[in-house]
Amino acid sequence: MRLTFPHMGNLWISVKTMLDSLGAPVVCAPLTTRRTLSLGVRYAPEGACLPLKLNVGNFLEAAELGADTVIMAGGCGPCRFGYYAQVEQAVLDDLGVSLRFLVLEPPEGSARELVGRIRAITDARSWWQVLGAVRRGFVVARCLDVLERRAQSLRPREVRPGAADQALAAAEKIMAGAWSSGAAPAFRRARALLEAVAIEPERPVLRVGVVGEIFTLLEPFVNLDLMQRLGRLGVEVSRSIYLGEWINEHLFLGLYPGIHSARGVRKASLPYLGHFVGGHGQETVGSAVLFGEKKLDGVIQLLPFTCMPEIVAQHVLPSVSRDLGIPVLTLVLDEQTGDAGLTTRLEAFVDMLWGNRGGICA
Amino acid sequence: MKPVVGIPRALLYWQYFPLWQSFLEGIGVETYLSPPTGRQILQDGLAALGTDVCLPVKVAAGHLLALRDRVDLILLPRLVSAARREYACPKLMGLPDLVRHSLSLPPLLSPVIDRYRHDNWPLIRVALAVGRRVGAGLPAVLRSLARAVECYRRYLNLLQAGYFPQEAWEAAGAGQAPDPRAPAGDVVALIGHPYTVYDREINLNLLGRLERAGLSVRTAEQVPEATARRAAAALPKHLFWTAGQQAVGAAFHYLEQEGVVGMISVMSFGCGPDSMTGDLIARRARRGGIIPHLSLTLDEHAAEAGVLTRLEAFLDMVAAQRERGVVVCG
Ligand code: SF4
Ligand code: SF4
Repeated sequence: MRLTFPHMGNLWISVKTMLDSLGAPVVCAPLTTRRTLSLGVRYAPEGACLPLKLNVGNFLEAAELGADTVIMAGGCGPCRFGYYAQVEQAVLDDLGVSLRFLVLEPPEGSARELVGRIRAITDARSWWQVLGAVRRGFVVARCLDVLERRAQSLRPREVRPGAADQALAAAEKIMAGAWSSGAAPAFRRARALLEAVAIEPERPVLRVGVVGEIFTLLEPFVNLDLMQRLGRLGVEVSRSIYLGEWINEHLFLGLYPGIHSARGVRKASLPYLGHFVGGHGQETVGSAVLFGEKKLDGVIQLLPFTCMPEIVAQHVLPSVSRDLGIPVLTLVLDEQTGDAGLTTRLEAFVDMLWGNRGGICA
Repeated sequence: MKPVVGIPRALLYWQYFPLWQSFLEGIGVETYLSPPTGRQILQDGLAALGTDVCLPVKVAAGHLLALRDRVDLILLPRLVSAARREYACPKLMGLPDLVRHSLSLPPLLSPVIDRYRHDNWPLIRVALAVGRRVGAGLPAVLRSLARAVECYRRYLNLLQAGYFPQEAWEAAGAGQAPDPRAPAGDVVALIGHPYTVYDREINLNLLGRLERAGLSVRTAEQVPEATARRAAAALPKHLFWTAGQQAVGAAFHYLEQEGVVGMISVMSFGCGPDSMTGDLIARRARRGGIIPHLSLTLDEHAAEAGVLTRLEAFLDMVAAQRERGVVVCG
């Protein structure tokens, strides 16, 4: 058995940590590129959302490298994600690419099903060892979140342009090797790299909240390095969702205790969006409300073309924007989203935010 | 005085209208139904919502705007779940919020319908919420609900007997019992959401065109729910959209049915569930490989000529298939 899994930003680092600690043979798909996208666009259903198309691309590229089993998360609706694995498997079957799917999701029938699927990955290892591996993967995800948050505050203040991103890339590389050396020492080394980035603490920066659909938020290939671009434009980014929270929700079925819960965020959305609508629709609206209350300079919403929960959120956000006086920019991303168009819109938005600051930086 | 309640002729209307109408009439409420989709409604809807919203929701926006100056209240339920452990499409779950924040409308009457936990989640809750809002007393509400449910049951029976919605709710309203209509001639299955299959204005009158081509049309709603569910059990995993379950189940059922000579999946551009269920159906039809299958995606820009050409090609294939069939049997 040679396991692979879909990419979503640097999710691969923690999944690989987990599988490596189990001694399971892993075939990491190459990081998402134009080729991945064109494979996905070619073979996945035309109207499918972008993450599904990229998953298909990832699986085909992993199969080329010898993967024979996919491990991924699932769900039970109402969003398309809950049926991704089944549609993807049908696509691959019809292409004659035989990959077995192990979907980690709340079982329909008995819990035994799920246990069986986990067992297929973990072989004869004891549950104790399995838990240890899962914990490790998760700790790595949490570390990555901390590093990324740190980079978000460094970027707009760095003395040498690009220094923060270089440090972050090196730090992530260290974390990718963490399963052998242990997460804690790796994290100390990784963080030291970021702490060494020279900054100008007094430089005025804009503060922008980035909200929206998780995949577009986490995958730089899809958002065309949005976080880095914003940093370069002098923006300190806050995000509505981080990797660790997503893993807890989708891979651990929300079982891991003590994680920042989205409950407060959802509550903040209720005056605008009276019901849960799947995906992260409520979190998007709720985070925008909280960012508005915290007087951030603006909010950017990201979504893949035709993303259902985010379309609902998108149509609600103008009211949030008006009530709380916070500008909102919505960016719909699809396979045709081009560099030039995105840059123009981002720059115009950021200019406007600087304009709103008025006296402060003039 | 009781308020005038507006009903948009869009989305859930195509499924639940007899139920709503009969109930509201029973409690003595005056209703106003938006006119059939036309150019103006379509234009208003397209102008009101973002480009990546699915066509049916844009059409619904047009209907809501058409009600704006004529009614005191608009009935727009929030359908969360129509069956246990299943959901509606996220956009329907959020519809009242989506339109309330992007269009200027009279107050919405949006009771929640949520059977996610129990199949027999009481409909009376919706009835009571509506009754309270329009000032109807409890006895009237109870009586009308019972009558509405009865009327709706007749309506469903008529559908399954081969009627189409419009004729079925007229007959159901008149208390008519179904007199089964066997399909006259070869059947083409037309699979899609009721609001795309029956709204002639947005589907280039597909139904009429097929009938004019001498074919009998059968739709997803005409398959009893239990039959559709049984057929949908062939899926690798329980499909959590009730509407998708009915569409896929009905399609799988028709694929096995004698006398069905072709199938068209009608999808809407930008529809999330359609992108998945349409694909599942198309693959199954292709693997089976017995009857021609056509996937049509409706969108506001679709060149009419393009769609019609594809329809013609499909009809030719159906005709060729029928001829071959005759030869084999002969
Ligand atoms: S959240 Fe959006 S992108 Fe993700 S599965 Fe749902 S519709 Fe697709
Ligand atoms: S099911 Fe499709 S067409 Fe209907 S509201 Fe949802 S996305 Fe739109």
